[in-house]
Amino acid sequence: MKNLVKAIGSLSILAFVLTACGDGGKKTSTLDTTKKQGFVKCGVSQGLPGFSNADASGKWTGIDVDVCRAVAAAVLGDASKVKYTPLSAKERFTALQAGEIDVLSRNTTWTLERDAGIGLTFVGVNFYDGQGFMVRKATGISSVNNFQNGVKVCTNTGTTTELNMADFFKSKGVQYEPVVFEKADEVVQAYDAGRCDTYTTDKSGLAAQRTKMKNPDEHVVLPETISKEPLGPVVRQGDAKWEDVVKWSLFVWIEAEEYGVNSKNIDSMKDSKNPAIQRIVGAEGTKNGAALGLDNQWSYRIIKQVGNYGESYKRNIADTGILPDRGPNNLWTKGGILYVPPVR
Amino acid sequence: MSFIQAKFEKIDQYLSDHPRVKFILPQALLIIFLVSIIGYFSFNASSNLAARGIDTGFSFLKNKASFDIQFSMIEFDSSMSYGRAYLVGLLNTILVSAIGIIFATILGFFFGILRLSSNPLASGLATCYIELLRNISLLLQIFFWYFTVLRLLPTAENSLVLFDFVYANIKGIYIPRFIWTNLSYFIYGLIFTFICIYAFNKYANNLREKTGKQLPKFSVSIGLLIIIPALVIMIFGVGLEFSYPKLEIKMGIANYIGGVSIIPELIALAFALSLYTSTFIAENVRAGILGIDKGQKEAAASIGLTNTQILRLIVIPQALRIIIPPTTNQYLNLTKNSSLAAAIAYPDIVLVFAGTALMQTGRAIEIVTITMLTYLSLSISISIFMNWYNKKVALTER
Repeated sequence: MKNLVKAIGSLSILAFVLTACGDGGKKTSTLDTTKKQGFVKCGVSQGLPGFSNADASGKWTGIDVDVCRAVAAAVLGDASKVKYTPLSAKERFTALQAGEIDVLSRNTTWTLERDAGIGLTFVGVNFYDGQGFMVRKATGISSVNNFQNGVKVCTNTGTTTELNMADFFKSKGVQYEPVVFEKADEVVQAYDAGRCDTYTTDKSGLAAQRTKMKNPDEHVVLPETISKEPLGPVVRQGDAKWEDVVKWSLFVWIEAEEYGVNSKNIDSMKDSKNPAIQRIVGAEGTKNGAALGLDNQWSYRIIKQVGNYGESYKRNIADTGILPDRGPNNLWTKGGILYVPPVR
Repeated sequence: MSFIQAKFEKIDQYLSDHPRVKFILPQALLIIFLVSIIGYFSFNASSNLAARGIDTGFSFLKNKASFDIQFSMIEFDSSMSYGRAYLVGLLNTILVSAIGIIFATILGFFFGILRLSSNPLASGLATCYIELLRNISLLLQIFFWYFTVLRLLPTAENSLVLFDFVYANIKGIYIPRFIWTNLSYFIYGLIFTFICIYAFNKYANNLREKTGKQLPKFSVSIGLLIIIPALVIMIFGVGLEFSYPKLEIKMGIANYIGGVSIIPELIALAFALSLYTSTFIAENVRAGILGIDKGQKEAAASIGLTNTQILRLIVIPQALRIIIPPTTNQYLNLTKNSSLAAAIAYPDIVLVFAGTALMQTGRAIEIVTITMLTYLSLSISISIFMNWYNKKVALTER
């Protein structure tokens, strides 16, 4: 009997402790916790060449990965201090909401529902994409208008792709059959084997996956783009300090290209007379780091360690043969639509 | 300290004086404790979600889904609601589970009995089948059937043609669609026929028990099954036509239009689930048969029953009592394993609802809860049915 009384006693103490620590104390900014823990917790894809992809030695590269590295360089002074968490399309938002990661940089499309409805905030765009279709060259299809009733479409779940294609085929009045897999690798296998007549996803994704086909030359990406897919990093809503740090790390990365500052010439740019460049290199007398809760060298470190946006694009997307043509992802001064607020 | 000691002793004394309280108190405390833990976590979750600006609630089920589903047994398109999408996924899960359970049972009985055969070739074959299939992970088997075996099928242009009306290719198997006229009369007729057969058999059994007179039950039942539907078809003008699948090649893409298409995902999943589960059922069947006392068979043989009669009338009815409880577990496993469908694009409840719908709405807690409750109710329904059946075949003491 004594055992019973003791057991009940300890259970009630446990219950009391659980309830007491429930409030979770005061909220601390992710910026402070990141500085304290010494690394940036970043969510990336499970492997999409050009965006976030791990090589055999486990080293992550890609234009999405470079966003994480830029934040690490700005906050911690070392671009390599990032802990990457590979996430499926389905898991990504829950992981960010639950605090498992602090930045989600995983080719994620900015939409109203995601920005306003699920407690997250998009900070900007690092890649302008759009949904396209890939078909076998042998079919002779040259346009999305050629699709006929009964067409079988392969794609993967958990993305805006499913919604776009529903809208698209509905507007064209074409009956289609969606074959929806959980992972991109299985989509590629099924399409390649002939289960589907066409494969749809973001055009950059199509270009990257085409390289994985048995015979890439047999497939062609159709010219039309059926949706807008601005991809960008996401943070939790309600942490303005952290949001600003991620946002301006992204902006300065793009602005550096605009002013011709890159990882090779940044040291020689230190004596530049141009005030915009002086701010990027963090010269004497500039003070835009303080407003972000960072030191004055934050932007210098991003460009020195990660490079500017143009270097990143060239290294990850152009030189790998995924999309050699920058298209909309060029600076606004060069015919693209990359335009960021001034870093000042 | 001694004060507390005294208090405890007093409580102990009270409890041993009141055995009912002693019996109920710990259980009541445990329940209160569990309820408060669950309540605490739900309160914590809802306040945290609200603080982070995440919408909660089940109202999203009425919203437009705006995505399409490859295969559904009820009408569905992107303008219908998430609730409807849930229903489509649920029905697809039930479909593949039902197909799996039926085939797993048939194959399980077949191989279970075969393994006990005195013919070494037959029993060796059954042993190989069982040991091979039950020792390979189910997900791998699904991938094997989907990515390897079905991939061996030809392209749509060069489909395999069976009996002139079944077309098999890599995009699916196409069979003619039945177009009925006055189908409902036919179904009523069938129901009526089964009632007649049941009533007749009951009458014949009663007659045999009372007077010992044997009526030709089997042939009369078959006769009823043929005559009544035939009359119904003639009187009410029930008609059946077939719409055959036709190959259409447009813009270099070949597809069959018309007819019914059975998607390869369903075939692969049903195949893998029934083969895998049948091996476990086969072992249950073997255990059931071996569990019957040898004396039973000898006694049956001594009154002149044939081998088939011994199996059908003496062994199987008794073995069922041993077979059913573990087989119920296998049915539950099969139903839950059907959630592996998501890996090969079969639109079951996990892929459609806990996948696409979860992603589009971001309502993780609600959707995962609904999905878990769905599997729970499916499993409980299966076990209630199997327990009822088990009771029915259980030994009735006279």
